[in-house]
Amino acid sequence: MASYDVIFLGGGPAGYVGAIRCAQLGMSTAVVEREGLGGTCVLWGCIPAKALLESASLAVHVQHGEAFGVTAGNVKLDYGVAMKRSRAVSQQNSKGVEFLFKKHKIMWLKGTGRLAGKKSVAVKNADGKEETHEAKKAIVISTGSRVRGLPQAGLELNKTTVLSSDEVLVLERAPKTMAVIGAGAVGCEFADVFSAFGTQVTLIEVLPSLLPLEDAEVSAELARSFKKRKIDVVTGAKIGSAKVGKDSVTLTIDVKGESKTLTVEKVLVATGRAPNVEDLGLKEGGVQLTERGFIKIDARLATTAEGIYAIGDVAGPPMLAHKGSREGIVFAEMLAGLPHVQPVPYGNVPNATYCHPEVASVGSTEQQLKNKNVAYKVGKFPFSANGRARTAGETEGFVKILADPKYGEILGAHIIGAHATELIHELVVARENELTIEEVDLAIHAHPTLSEAIAEATLDAMGRVIHA
Amino acid sequence: MATKVVMEALSPTMEEGRLVKWVKNEGDTVAKGEVLAEVETDKAVMELVARGDGVLRKRVLGEGQTAPVGQLVGVIAAADEDIGSILSSAPAADETAGGGAATAAPATPSAPAAPPTPGTPAPTATQAPAAAQAPSAPAPSGPAPSGPAPTAPVPPHENGGRPRSSPLARRLASDRGLDLGRVQGSGPGGRIIKRDIEAATTAGPAATPRPTAAGDYTDVPLTQIRKTIARRLTESIGPIPTFYLTMEADLTRTAELRQAMTEAGNEFKVSFNDIILKAVATALARHPEVNAHWLGDRVRQFNRVHLGMAVAIEDGLITPVLFDADRKGLGELSQEARDLAAKARARKLTPNEYTGSTFSVSNLGMFGIDQFTAIINPPESGIIAVGAVEEKPVVVDGQVVVRKRVRFTMSCDHRVIDGATGARFLQDVRRMLENPLMIVY
Repeated sequence: MASYDVIFLGGGPAGYVGAIRCAQLGMSTAVVEREGLGGTCVLWGCIPAKALLESASLAVHVQHGEAFGVTAGNVKLDYGVAMKRSRAVSQQNSKGVEFLFKKHKIMWLKGTGRLAGKKSVAVKNADGKEETHEAKKAIVISTGSRVRGLPQAGLELNKTTVLSSDEVLVLERAPKTMAVIGAGAVGCEFADVFSAFGTQVTLIEVLPSLLPLEDAEVSAELARSFKKRKIDVVTGAKIGSAKVGKDSVTLTIDVKGESKTLTVEKVLVATGRAPNVEDLGLKEGGVQLTERGFIKIDARLATTAEGIYAIGDVAGPPMLAHKGSREGIVFAEMLAGLPHVQPVPYGNVPNATYCHPEVASVGSTEQQLKNKNVAYKVGKFPFSANGRARTAGETEGFVKILADPKYGEILGAHIIGAHATELIHELVVARENELTIEEVDLAIHAHPTLSEAIAEATLDAMGRVIHA
Repeated sequence: MATKVVMEALSPTMEEGRLVKWVKNEGDTVAKGEVLAEVETDKAVMELVARGDGVLRKRVLGEGQTAPVGQLVGVIAAADEDIGSILSSAPAADETAGGGAATAAPATPSAPAAPPTPGTPAPTATQAPAAAQAPSAPAPSGPAPSGPAPTAPVPPHENGGRPRSSPLARRLASDRGLDLGRVQGSGPGGRIIKRDIEAATTAGPAATPRPTAAGDYTDVPLTQIRKTIARRLTESIGPIPTFYLTMEADLTRTAELRQAMTEAGNEFKVSFNDIILKAVATALARHPEVNAHWLGDRVRQFNRVHLGMAVAIEDGLITPVLFDADRKGLGELSQEARDLAAKARARKLTPNEYTGSTFSVSNLGMFGIDQFTAIINPPESGIIAVGAVEEKPVVVDGQVVVRKRVRFTMSCDHRVIDGATGARFLQDVRRMLENPLMIVY
């Protein structure tokens, strides 16, 4: 039994970042984690997926090298090698977090934790031995989320033919055919990866568009691009039935009243994740859940039980690593009583999807503004008119900015195109600091850069676009 | 690199903090994030932590003493670093009041306490002056240390500078005619952001002015004589040593004004009381020494006038507030006074309509009371009691003539207002009532 100021249950991007901030603020801190440090993000999500997407991007580039004067000859694609590289990158990152823990004197309690009384946590290690630790100031639940299947459509995860992102991350080879169910960020990214590695991918979405949470124009642009790359995009589609065989799955899909049958080698279910709220002693500890099954928190990130907090995926959407990390930092600073701690700006969390072309956004979509009856003006600039994009041969996509017509407040920003996930941050910074489109344009943008498209989009919103 | 330990805002509303206990001694090695002291805020006892690594070289503020947010309370530095210039820029603390500070006096001879500035009496510990506001500036010539950096990160608009704000907030404020100096910022470091502007606009004009908004007042530290007066008089006659000043004013010209306005149309009709309120408010704006609150260790002089107006209700009395009464036109003031009185009688006043006054007026003239004394509503330091306006024979230029007269009596808190101070203020009120054009002067 050891005693700490704060104990985190879960060492993912919410827990480990919160722990580092707590340690920086002088609190003794421990993190319970059964797997590797870094959580889903580092081991089974963001990082390995991006490593594979890099392989995919390279594959596409090499195959189009001729026009650039680079002919690579006989290009061979091997998903197994790409997968192994992605695992190595994940391991490196996880070791990096371990190093940070040592640096900040944070204790990694290896095992599975649960609440055990008002101020303590029981940790069971791999040998089944249980130890209790005291948390003097706070217990933080940062247990994250996990993949889930689609049992209502007959698609239980089975590790062989019906897979989640966890399993496709360790496939030895790319299948010949694959149906990806769900066209959110995970679905679109893996459709991209496997398509680049030669799989015939069918991307199926029940809602009418790809990336349904993004601006409709962006979704339409992505669908065009995917179709050009021979990804079979089926939107507004319902899975009628699924016949899961040993080496294949046969799906019946209803699209606009018509029924289609599709037989594929693998199915990737990417329809969402479930919060990890089981076996934590939440009920006994007085920690309540929301209707949707997440842990209920208030603006201080406190649960319904005194001294217990929740951050990250388990505390509710958006289930994004960077949202969880910020919650971890804000939690630590509020606990330390720092002055002027700003609450988590949930309205200004950027979204990023790393398929090609990349998609990134922050703030409202045009449809959301219409629904809320908010007045807006649109500023748009295509990458096809941007010098740097042309030099790179990556002219797909555009920047779209939605601004208040009177004050120029940036209500929403949407980018689809190469490096969109990097470009978006200029607008995230602008929004966080309440800069208007005028201030964004006032800052000189270097030439030639993709960022110029952002400045041009703000100019377009003011009716003064130069290059279009 | 030395780190200044300053009184931090440990609660959102904290303006000053009392150092309950030093956890670290002078000479102790401290690391960033370590607790240095316990501080009592307006809400609770909180921990003051180190913002840098080093040795706690000096405990500037003694235990039990109070300091405003931003004031230097200690210094963290390397063991051999010269911290003389930091200390000399801080308001000196009374060593003996610190309780045990003498035993912890620094061993380093190179770190003397603040050298007294020539010509300025050494301030004592309880004074707690904010560096930027201390009226006694260092002598312009002489061996005073030249330009030590100001110690305290005071909110910029308290300094007279422009308040920190986002571009969007500035644009919204200018469009809505909102003075950023009157908006309380809630963004990073107290910056004014969109939500602050929206809160200030939706709260409506009457609810927004709060007399405690930074920049709306000047805190005047107590001089020794002021402290003695306060202590002795409190011992003598109770917690608020009150004295009374009565004066009679001739309302003939006020009556003429009133009549002329009524002739111009019924919509311009105002009461004597409205004009008296306006005169008092205008005089208060010119006499901040009367428009003041007693805060125990200092006097807060307001440069905005929020006039409390006592209204009799069925089972008692309530004092709704005419915010910025000095800046409002007579018509607006009259209408507002009527509305507030009606709301008071209907018990519909919201708390922000009856809190925040800087000074008050009570009127029993309608009951035929000639004159009376009203009771001060602390922490205000004065209240004017207005009697009935009546026709009286008076001698003017050797002739007995009938004139409209009113008597008013001001109750003064002697800790804040001396007899002559109150008298000069009342003279101004009378001058305005006897020649109402003075109100617009």
